[in-house]
Order: sequence, then structure tokens, then C-alpha cells
Amino acid sequence: MNTVFNTESFRDDFTFRNSPVAVRRFPFPFHEDKYMYAVNMEPHVPAGPEGHAYRAPIDVDEHYVSEMKDREMVLREDPLRAQALPHMMAAQWDTLELLMEKQAEGFPELFSLTKNGDQWHWINRPLGIDQKFIFGDTSTLPYEPMDYIMRQTQGDICIVDQRDSQLWMDAGVVTTQADWSLDFDLGMNFMEWHGPVPLAHQIGVFERALKFLLNLQQGKPVRRLNWTMTINSRLDTSPENYPKWGPDRASVAPENVGNKVHLRCELQSLWRLPRSNAILFVIRCYLIKMEELVAIPKWARRFHRVLRDLPPELIDYKGLTRYRPTVVEWLSKYDDGKATSPGIFPD
Amino acid sequence: MTINTEMPVHVAAITKVADSVKRFRLERVDGGVMPVFSGGAHVVVAMQDGKLLRHNPYSLMSRPGDTSAFEISVLRVESSRGGSHFLHDKISVGDTLTVSQPINLFPFDHRGRKHLFFAGGIGITPFIAMMAQMAQEGRNFELHYAMRTRSHGAYWQELAERYGPSRVKIYCDVENLFIPVDEILARQPLGTHMYVCGPAGMIDAVLGKGKALGWPRQNLHFERFLAPPTGKPFEAVLQRSGKTITVGEHQSMLEAIEAAGVDAPYLCRGGACGQCETNIVSCTGELLHNDIYLEPADKASGKKIMICVSRLKGETITLDI
Repeated sequence: MNTVFNTESFRDDFTFRNSPVAVRRFPFPFHEDKYMYAVNMEPHVPAGPEGHAYRAPIDVDEHYVSEMKDREMVLREDPLRAQALPHMMAAQWDTLELLMEKQAEGFPELFSLTKNGDQWHWINRPLGIDQKFIFGDTSTLPYEPMDYIMRQTQGDICIVDQRDSQLWMDAGVVTTQADWSLDFDLGMNFMEWHGPVPLAHQIGVFERALKFLLNLQQGKPVRRLNWTMTINSRLDTSPENYPKWGPDRASVAPENVGNKVHLRCELQSLWRLPRSNAILFVIRCYLIKMEELVAIPKWARRFHRVLRDLPPELIDYKGLTRYRPTVVEWLSKYDDGKATSPGIFPD
Repeated sequence: MTINTEMPVHVAAITKVADSVKRFRLERVDGGVMPVFSGGAHVVVAMQDGKLLRHNPYSLMSRPGDTSAFEISVLRVESSRGGSHFLHDKISVGDTLTVSQPINLFPFDHRGRKHLFFAGGIGITPFIAMMAQMAQEGRNFELHYAMRTRSHGAYWQELAERYGPSRVKIYCDVENLFIPVDEILARQPLGTHMYVCGPAGMIDAVLGKGKALGWPRQNLHFERFLAPPTGKPFEAVLQRSGKTITVGEHQSMLEAIEAAGVDAPYLCRGGACGQCETNIVSCTGELLHNDIYLEPADKASGKKIMICVSRLKGETITLDI
């Protein structure tokens, strides 16, 4: 891949945009013309057309450099976005290793990792980093291992400890979240942090998902997609910053839907970590403008139908109530009623 | 699509380490590195014994960070259904086996202020890896290791030398030295986690004493080596696969299903992890639930069974598989 990195912003003047290549590789989250919660996990193996976000184990795209600048700003303003409980140090090193190895594996022209015993050498070409350090010795890195590698990885992470047949959110770096807070959820278990989700509890989704994840195996990562919508291309839609982005939702009008309204997709991958036996949740956020999305006719038709027929509980929970009718009306112009092909990939 | 992560290995060394215990060093056939694992993890070793494909779980006892090889130690069990006999009697250096990725169903609690181990006989193996990891991470641990005779016990000398007498205590039945479990459990500092692995009677006794002394349930950890019990043959109908098979006297349902070429999920093969939970469509006879996973209500319902260790005493069971 020959990546040219965008210079763009995710706040203030919102100059974020997707190139046509980025549009086609977008992980569109709907495999059919309707949506409901399900334990929609599948093996995290390469899939989709050449260049798709599913091709690499940890995806890196044209937004990488600008996203890392945005993360640096968020962490500077609010250090509590990166937290790890003391017993998670082995899991922090596991995470650093996995994210270095997988980024280098997927994008060898951008990253390289050389190991000589515990003497490691990491090169990150897009950010101009050349770091020699001793694996396991925090004093040889400028930050703690999780913090260090997350300043060089797109997407958020939670590191989840496994004890007493439960999963515990005991570490994470969360700056590109869909309205949830690591600082609030830190130390909670799987059932507690999913408490606010409507409908899914009643159909047993979380019991089944927990059972599945407790037996997640090393070397067999899984993935799922989740989604919401975001007004303006803001990555940091956190509860802490609600006053900055909440009012944006009142600014949607028929003439600005195409540029202002974004489908926000999370590609979540889950990995069993070797030394700590913890689980790494990678929650990678992708944004796409409505005017970019309708460039793919299948997605335009399908998203119109999904949004039109969404259950009321999900409309409220995802915070779409105010602007959904305007967006459905706008999208209806791109839905000719034709059948759509199965699966998420463009035709 | 499933990911096949099994690794062909060749046996690089076989070492007799005690009466009836041999250590096998397994290196990857393709020369690649082994995955790092966490102390307490096991692998499932697949072995082709004539026409029979055996799958047995063994704790990893090499150093968790050592990616040059995996090492397992195998006790030759007299009453065994054949896996340990096969490894002891038929496998030589250079032979090929297949191992799974590491699976940890006996992890230590990373919050523990102190870790207390009770090992009985071959139950020492998971603790060898745990102690290696803990020593490297600077954790506080203490091992109490019971064996029949000193020649039956594996590794006790090495462990005593490596970690010193304050961290490793040895007890021998024939010397009338028994672990004073009550006394030890009664004097532990707050935040101690206890781990026991050994014969079923030992596990039950230690857990019982912990509970009686008021230890929190979350601080008591154990690993049982449950081999699938034998029993009279019966018939199993695999409804979704459209196959009818016979489960032999020395075979588990899972093994019979695999032998029929049907893929069934599993991790521990010992009735503990829950991965092979299977729905029963119907059955004629009595279900013999041998697992420690299903809730009593699930067992009583007659709707679920763990096919790795449980059996039917009767004619036919129809499974949703």
C-alpha cells in the first residue's frame, strides 16, 4: 500500500474527509437492510476486496497521522483518558507487543519491529519514531507501554482482565469514543459496563457474548462491527466533552446533511493476550460523510432502509432522535427501491 | 471460516524425570517460534495412535517466555485410556505430534499480594510455569508440594534449589510428612490467593478447608485433571450432521464424534471450560454428568450435556450437533 496521509482536523474547522479509496475500504456495518443487536462475532481473518479495512489485523489508513495528533491533544487536555490499574502491567506489555507486531505485519513499509531477546527496536516511519527499548523495563520508554503504543495506533483500546468467570475493564486508552467514559467504567465488569444498552439484555446477547469471550483463544482473534452517527467529523464524542458536541445535533438541516452527518462505524477486534491472559478490545472508529457513503449505491439504499426502520429504543439510545427524520428524507433520494446484495462489501 | 492454529511439532528430547514421569520437549516442525503463554496454561496434544486420533490436554511447564519449545511432563497412568501409555511407550525423539495454541483455564490472579500453591504429584506441572513467571515479575509465592515418595515426585529438587526452602516445601507420604493445610491457610496475609492442583481428594480437602476458614471463594483456585470416565457403549445420533455413531467403552462422546469426522468445539476436554456444551434432542437412558461446568438445574433438565466427559447409561442419545 502506498499511503498518503491526510492533513485534516477532527475539531474546530472539521477538515476531515475520505478519499475515494478510503470510501471503498470503509467497514460498512450492515449486512442486510435492517438492524438489530446480535452476537455478531466472526473470526478476525482477512476478508473483503483488496485494500479493505478487513485486510490487515490492525488497520492503518490515510487518517493515521492526523488521528494521532488529535489523540495527543485529547490526552494533554484530559490525562484520565488513559488509565491502567496496577495489576495490568503484564497486559500493558502484551498490548504493546501485539500492536507493534500486527501493525508491522500489515504495513511493513510503515513500521518495523526487531527483537533481540528483550532488546527491541521499533521504527514508526509516518511519525518519524525510532525507539530502542528493553521489553519489560518501563524506564526505557517515554511513557508506560500502553500509553506509548496508543499514541501510535488508531482506535481506542480497553484491556480486560479475566477473573471469576467475568471480564473486568481494568485498563484502556479511550479518546475516540461514542459517548462513553473509561474514567467512569474503569473497574466495572462486562455486565456492568453494558448496563445502559437497551433491548440486548432481554434477548440474552450479553450472557452469550460473555460466555464466548471467556473462552476466546490465543491466536484466534474475533471481530464485530458496531455503529452510531456523529454530527461533524468529531472523533472525541465523550461524555466529558458533551457541551462541545451535544449542541451540534441541533444544527442538521436538509442542505447540510451530506457534509455534516456521518455514519460512525466501530471495527472491534478482540485478542487473547499471552502473558496476562487478559483480553484486548480494539475499538477502531471510522467516519464517513453521507455524501461519501452515497457514492456506493448499495450502501445508500441499505442505510436509508436501516435508518428508516430502526426500533425506537435504538434511535433514542444512539442519540439520533433529533435529526434522524431529516437524514432519512435526504437518503430517500438515493434509494430506488431495488434489492441489495447480501454482505457488507460494495458491489 | 475458522482459523487453524494447530502447530505440528517434533519431539526434540524425552527425559525421565521421576518414576513414571517423562518430560517431552516439543519444537515446531517449521522452525518457527512458539507463542508466549501464561503460567497455568495447557495445550491439547493430538497424537495419531494407529487409526485412533487422540487428543489429550497437558499443562505447559516450560518457561512461559521461552519461545524455542514447549515442554510437558506426562505421568504414565496405569488406569489410563491410553494417551499417557502412547506417549511413554510409543513416542521417540524425532516423532511428530500436533499441539494447540496455549489455553489458560488456571490463570493466577494478577491482583494477588501473595500466591500460595498446593501441588499433589503430577499436579506440580502448572505451578512450575507459574513460579517461573512470578519469579520474573517479582511476585510473592510459596509452594507446598506433596508426593508419595521422593522418587515419584518430579522436579522437587530443582524447585527447592531454584527458589529456596522458604518458598518450596516438600512433603512425602512414606515419610509421614503431610501438608498441614489448616495451619498454612490460617496464617496467610490478606490478599493471598490459593491454588491447588492434584488428585481429586486433595483438591476437595484443600478447598473445603479454605471455605471452612472463611476464605473468599474468589481467592480459591483449582485445576482438576478430569479424564473422561469409561462406561458401557451407547449410540449417539448427531442430528444436524445426519450421522449415527457408537461411543465405545473407552471413548468419550467427543472422541467418537471426532472419529466420525464431525467438528465439535472444545478447549479443556476435562469438563471444566464449557466450550463443548451440547443440546440434547432426546435420549433413552440415564445421563451421567461428569463435568464441573453445568449448573445442577441444567444437569437435572436433561437438555444439556458436556460431551468431553459425560456419558449415557442406556441406549441412544440424540444430540443437536
